[in-house]
Amino acid sequence: MKKDYSIIVGGAAGQGSRKAGLIIAKIFKKLGYFVYIYDDYQSLIKGGHNFSQIRISDEFIAGRREKIDVLVAFDKKTIDLHEKDLNTKGILIFNKNKNPEEKGIGIDADSIVKHLQGKPIMANTAMIGGFLKIIGINWSIAKNVLEKEFGEKDNLNMEIAKQAYDSVNTLTKIEKSKAKNPEYLMTGNEAAALGATKAGLDIYYAYPMTPASGILHYFAEHEKDLGVVTIQPENEIAVANEAIGSAYAGKRTMVASSSGGFALMSEAICLSAISETPVLFVNSQRMGPATGVPTYSGQSDLLFCINPGPGDFENFVAAPSNSEESAIWTGNLLNWSWKYQTPSILLLDKELSEGTFSVSKNIFKGIRKEKELLWNKKGEYKRYSITESGISPLSFPGTKDALIKTSSYEHDESGLTVEENEAIITAMQEKRIRKFEEMKKIADSEDAIKIYGNKKSKIAVISWGFTAGAVREASENLGLKFVQPILMSPFPVKQMIKALQDVEEIILVENNTTGQLGVLMAMNGIYADKKVLKYTSRPFTIEELEDRITKAMKV
Amino acid sequence: METKKINLDTNCPNTWCPGCGDFGILMAFKQAVTSMIESGTPKENIVITGDIGCSSKIADYLGLNSFIGLHGRSISLAEGIKMGNPDLKVFAFLGDGGCLDEGISHLIHAAKRNTDITVIMHNNRLFALTTGQFTAVTPKGLKTRSTPSGSIEEPLNPLELLIASNASFIARAYSSRIEDVKNLVLEGAEHKGFSFIEILQPCVSFYNTIEFYNERVYYSQNPNLESKESALKLAREWNYNGEGRIPLGVMYKTDRPVFESETLSLVPRKEDFEKCLKTHS
Ligand SMILES: Cc1ncc(C[n+]2csc(CCOP(=O)(O)OP(=O)(O)O)c2C)c(N)n1
Ligand code: SF4
Repeated sequence: MKKDYSIIVGGAAGQGSRKAGLIIAKIFKKLGYFVYIYDDYQSLIKGGHNFSQIRISDEFIAGRREKIDVLVAFDKKTIDLHEKDLNTKGILIFNKNKNPEEKGIGIDADSIVKHLQGKPIMANTAMIGGFLKIIGINWSIAKNVLEKEFGEKDNLNMEIAKQAYDSVNTLTKIEKSKAKNPEYLMTGNEAAALGATKAGLDIYYAYPMTPASGILHYFAEHEKDLGVVTIQPENEIAVANEAIGSAYAGKRTMVASSSGGFALMSEAICLSAISETPVLFVNSQRMGPATGVPTYSGQSDLLFCINPGPGDFENFVAAPSNSEESAIWTGNLLNWSWKYQTPSILLLDKELSEGTFSVSKNIFKGIRKEKELLWNKKGEYKRYSITESGISPLSFPGTKDALIKTSSYEHDESGLTVEENEAIITAMQEKRIRKFEEMKKIADSEDAIKIYGNKKSKIAVISWGFTAGAVREASENLGLKFVQPILMSPFPVKQMIKALQDVEEIILVENNTTGQLGVLMAMNGIYADKKVLKYTSRPFTIEELEDRITKAMKV
Repeated sequence: METKKINLDTNCPNTWCPGCGDFGILMAFKQAVTSMIESGTPKENIVITGDIGCSSKIADYLGLNSFIGLHGRSISLAEGIKMGNPDLKVFAFLGDGGCLDEGISHLIHAAKRNTDITVIMHNNRLFALTTGQFTAVTPKGLKTRSTPSGSIEEPLNPLELLIASNASFIARAYSSRIEDVKNLVLEGAEHKGFSFIEILQPCVSFYNTIEFYNERVYYSQNPNLESKESALKLAREWNYNGEGRIPLGVMYKTDRPVFESETLSLVPRKEDFEKCLKTHS
């Protein structure tokens, strides 16, 4: 039978439950499991309740279950909130010094730390140590991962972990998995940063906004290893315009924000479009409108990303669902932005940005920088030369004998403003339209949508973004077909129609109030029969989806 | 030895009103650029950015690399270009509206971080291209199309603001004094770090200040260029409202670390992607 375990590690904000969750996940990764971590926290620094839900399985997973097998509680509130989610055979592990009355397995975490003269925060190390013994992990495996996490010189944390490990008995044994042993654990944000780097990113600009800030932190922390210049300007408008300036100078740039901050870049997206200056914009959406629910999930920016600003233009939009897709599509979009000299939008969401997923080793080997169309240095250079494909060869300032004139005004072939000459204005608009037609060919390429589950089923479930991970699993469990569009603009109409041609009923699942993918599909002549929507600002669980999709099928 | 004539013209028809101060700025800037090229700056390494406004049309009239961006964002665009290729000489053109209304945050931060660009602000003390409305530097009481009973706001003193923002080069010029404009542009371009040049520019159509300036401007080099106190004293001689003399020339100049070189010095040439990947295993 398929192995599938869920563990919650929770505590007060500042108690380090997230870090503890990641360490536990790394140990399971070592045992060969696929891992997915759901991180739950509020928009505050101290005093709230945080928890990480680690799910491990010998198959790829990207969604959370309602029921858990182990609860590791750093504080009383975690017990109060999550004890009800424990399976009948579930194990509660808690800090005995904080909750002496509790039933379950207590660890003398505070006493161990005190005895070894550690800091109070190190109680979480003791909790991890005890937990590992209880679920039957060999000390040699635990030691290996812990040493890597704490750093070789940190004997204190190691001693605390070991003493806690020795203080309890093994209750159950989680065996090694026979899975493919996925290589990496990373969040969607981290994967996006790495994917962009592989596709030749030179400069990253961003102003902080959850849940996009992880990309900024990651680039800043790894600036030396990745060689990506990382800059935090004064606001999102500066971010976007500086990125456009650097791209004009020949550097690949990416920017990111979340919903409201992304909206501030709207005019710059239009500038990128009319001036044909490539920039990759990342919108890690939160539940909106405006400030919305900052640290929780929603998928309500799809239609805005399809039409992110005034004027007639098309831009790429891709919405990956897990870290592998995040890496691949960030790479794709950066390359395509340069190939077609257009803005692109990578649409992430809170759960994808901050959730941790297993990623296989070869993903990054497949991402590389693809060359853009450059001027051949013959004849007079014209930035906006009229071509059949609509794509004009690029050249950058500093090139001898070339004048590179670029503009947000409608312009002639050499980039000078035109207002009077209708023929030139028409020709320029049509040049860009031809480019959009070229972009549509990408939508016909095979990776724009994914199909899973029972391919013969007459019922197809459709979902997108992070939500797709859980919906795919639930659909497979229910024996249904599952279709996930990843490229949202240009919309892969042909592929979608083909995927749905023998289907009698389409059920749409989204994390928003209006069913935005449904609207986009309808704009392309594809109509969903039923909608399963959730807008509590929390993602679907697998059980909840199985239940709601089953109910939808019956009506 | 024969030098090739430097052509800085384009075939874009000029649509400025006859008598506009922008013509003087165009002429002076061409002279300055010609002199830069003659003394060794490759023409292809010069880039100008424009905002949206009468002033920014200058980019269409100059046979130089240029990028006309969005209203208020000329400085950000210039900063991005400089970061993208620090070998370029970057000038950001814009009007007082773009600089001090729509995009004032970029001005302050560019000065603060000492990015190595030269900002040239055409100051006609109103929005001209939109047919005359008040800006941050419109004198109190001036009747404009959006203030028919006279503007009720006190004007901002941009030079004081720049001193407070730690700009490392601050100068003021007057569009009718072409030789001065040219020299200040050259000095600003040579300065390593952020340079700001305000050019008083009469708008003959909506706010004709030619006589007003002719009577009041005088050249006054700050004797102690690194002193903020004396710079402030000079900056405060005229409050952008009414009377008083108007000093021109360099008001403040100091050397401090440049943003682009500081930033790029943090990033090594040799990258180690694999090392970064390993942190995920
Ligand atoms: C975002 C945006 N807002 C408003 C405008 C309209 N607009 C065009 S030019 C301009 C003001 C120009 O004034 P200024 O920057 O002082 O330049 P001037 O025309 O006086 O040289 C405005 C408000 C615009 N183009 N873009
Ligand atoms: S409106 Fe004023 S600023 Fe604009 S071109 Fe005419 S005179 Fe010059």
